[in-house]
Amino acid sequence: MTRLLDVENLTLQFDTDEGRITAVDNVSFSLEAGEVMGLVGESGSGKSVTAKSVMKLNPSNAIYGEQTKITLHLDSGPVDIMSLKTSNDLQVVRGGAISMIFQEPMASFAPAISIGNQMVEQLQIHSDMNIKQATELSIEMLDRVGISDAGTRFKQYAFELSGGMRQRAMIAMALSTKPKLLIADEPTTALDVTIQAQVIDLMKDLVTDFGMGIIFITHDLGVIAQTADKVAVMYLGRLVEQGSVRDVIRQPAHPYTKGLIAALPQLDDLDTPLTPIPGDIPSPLERPPGCVFNTRCSAIVGDVCTSAIPKFLNVTDEHQVACHLYDEGASK
Amino acid sequence: MSEDVLIEARDLSVHYPLRGKSLFGPTPVVRAVENINLDVGKGNFFGLVGESGSGKTTLGKALLKAAPITRGTVGYNDGEEQFDLTNLTPIELKNYRKRAQLIFQDPYAALSPRMTVRDIIAEPLEVMGLTSSREETDERVREIAAKCRLNLEHLRRFPHAFSGGQRQRISIARALVSQPQFVVADESVAALDVSIQADVLNLLKEIQQEMGLTFLFISHDLSVVAHICDHVAVMYLGRLVETAPTRELFANPRHPYTKALLSAIPSLDPDDRGKAQKLEGEIPSPTNQPSGCKFHTRCPFVTDQCRKEEPILQHSSNGHEVACHRWEELITP
Repeated sequence: MTRLLDVENLTLQFDTDEGRITAVDNVSFSLEAGEVMGLVGESGSGKSVTAKSVMKLNPSNAIYGEQTKITLHLDSGPVDIMSLKTSNDLQVVRGGAISMIFQEPMASFAPAISIGNQMVEQLQIHSDMNIKQATELSIEMLDRVGISDAGTRFKQYAFELSGGMRQRAMIAMALSTKPKLLIADEPTTALDVTIQAQVIDLMKDLVTDFGMGIIFITHDLGVIAQTADKVAVMYLGRLVEQGSVRDVIRQPAHPYTKGLIAALPQLDDLDTPLTPIPGDIPSPLERPPGCVFNTRCSAIVGDVCTSAIPKFLNVTDEHQVACHLYDEGASK
Repeated sequence: MSEDVLIEARDLSVHYPLRGKSLFGPTPVVRAVENINLDVGKGNFFGLVGESGSGKTTLGKALLKAAPITRGTVGYNDGEEQFDLTNLTPIELKNYRKRAQLIFQDPYAALSPRMTVRDIIAEPLEVMGLTSSREETDERVREIAAKCRLNLEHLRRFPHAFSGGQRQRISIARALVSQPQFVVADESVAALDVSIQADVLNLLKEIQQEMGLTFLFISHDLSVVAHICDHVAVMYLGRLVETAPTRELFANPRHPYTKALLSAIPSLDPDDRGKAQKLEGEIPSPTNQPSGCKFHTRCPFVTDQCRKEEPILQHSSNGHEVACHRWEELITP
């Protein structure tokens, strides 16, 4: 496997009227080519801004930490994303080497420009194709994602397509520039289950065919179990657990991950009552000191939980957790 | 109407006229709900599932007399009062509103930002004239707030100070303060995070059992329905395709659509990939419905009969009712 992306010590704050909010706090992960990483967490956990940081797509009030280093390894050599300042520089990665699929496909297409023209436009920006080549490739991509009668759909507008079809068109558009990395932000959340199953299948096929890396953001652990190779669990801007999908889902180590799985209604076990995680996610303005999960945790070890930030520890070689429960050296 | 049935719908249809009349012939209509026969038992936690566009919300609204009933009848009988929803006088409608309530999906949109939580919960009591003094109102508000795990301090605040889960508990308190018998919960946990969702589900179930309420729980999430409901009805394109007691439905689905819907739920087992029975295509538009069985365009077991003849919902074994021409052949031994 070849390394595709390194994110080191990503810290991201936002300046707001109510004060400075820490959205992402010292997050590090890496991704290989052809690998699907699931990024899980509840609303407000910072999963979307983490992924968007990879192409510096956050609003202008975002402040990146000084230690933050994001490296994208392309065939032409490594690209240091943080050093790219102007939108011209960033255009190489935005939509070119990195593509993104959003949750709401209706909001991601311009309503007054046909699907085809939008696809052609981005191909002209990111490649040296002429209109004819770009048109051919776009229709081919629409066909490839399972849209029947692609030639007609190419001329239509977003409102003429159904939800599932729009999401397919979005995927076709994102993949037509042959990106190395695809960021999929809740791509199936707005879809019905039967359509979700189709889109998940499609994405799996495309990874195999195109060999790109995917960061798959979702709050649905079931979707993760079906798509990802490895998982990173986020809570309140921090990574609390990461590892291979089997390890994290079958033997979750962090009390938060355990809680998430216990709260999830599962069809094959209707007798166990659902166990909610007590309390609510604290506001990002009132981040608890120490471990960010300490206000809701049922496995508090001692004062260390409220005073020290837990370090990442190996559960196995491929499974890390940030929790004092596993830190034998910590004073309890 | 039998003793233990609270709501009885017979041949219930809800059609909405489309804007823009056609020059010739009848006005085109959207058949949102068509020929529904449904009994909701007293004290039941009744689940209604289906994809978007299946008509589940419209059916829920029709049972609350909040959507126009085009055809058919809906009866309500809680032992004390009886209503024929197709034929209500304005006074009867007011009385029915006290008996039947709705909990909305989005707790951020459902609560007025300019009212305190106390006023939000008290409003139904005041509007319906259910209490005679402010003290009595306060008493009732405090009582229901305690049941919904809101404390006195919460009542003085405004909704913006609350998280999604807390807001949904406020919505629940507001719906239940008039002591209704029948509550429609439309996607009431869909906007919540999993860890909070479990809390609200447990609360709903607790209150339902404690107060002996009848719930119609509308949801697109089958795993949630499986956990909380006693009885489930599956809708597709305005029709009921299958109803059964929950466990029976999830263990032995009879209708091909129910089967496909169940297998499309992503399994939490990473080694269980790709086993799902995939359904091709999408739900047809309700303005342009297929002939015969509405599911025939996506059904893997379609025959000529399915394309021509619409199956009716019929009793099958083990408490199932199913609308499929071939359900008997399709039972896997």
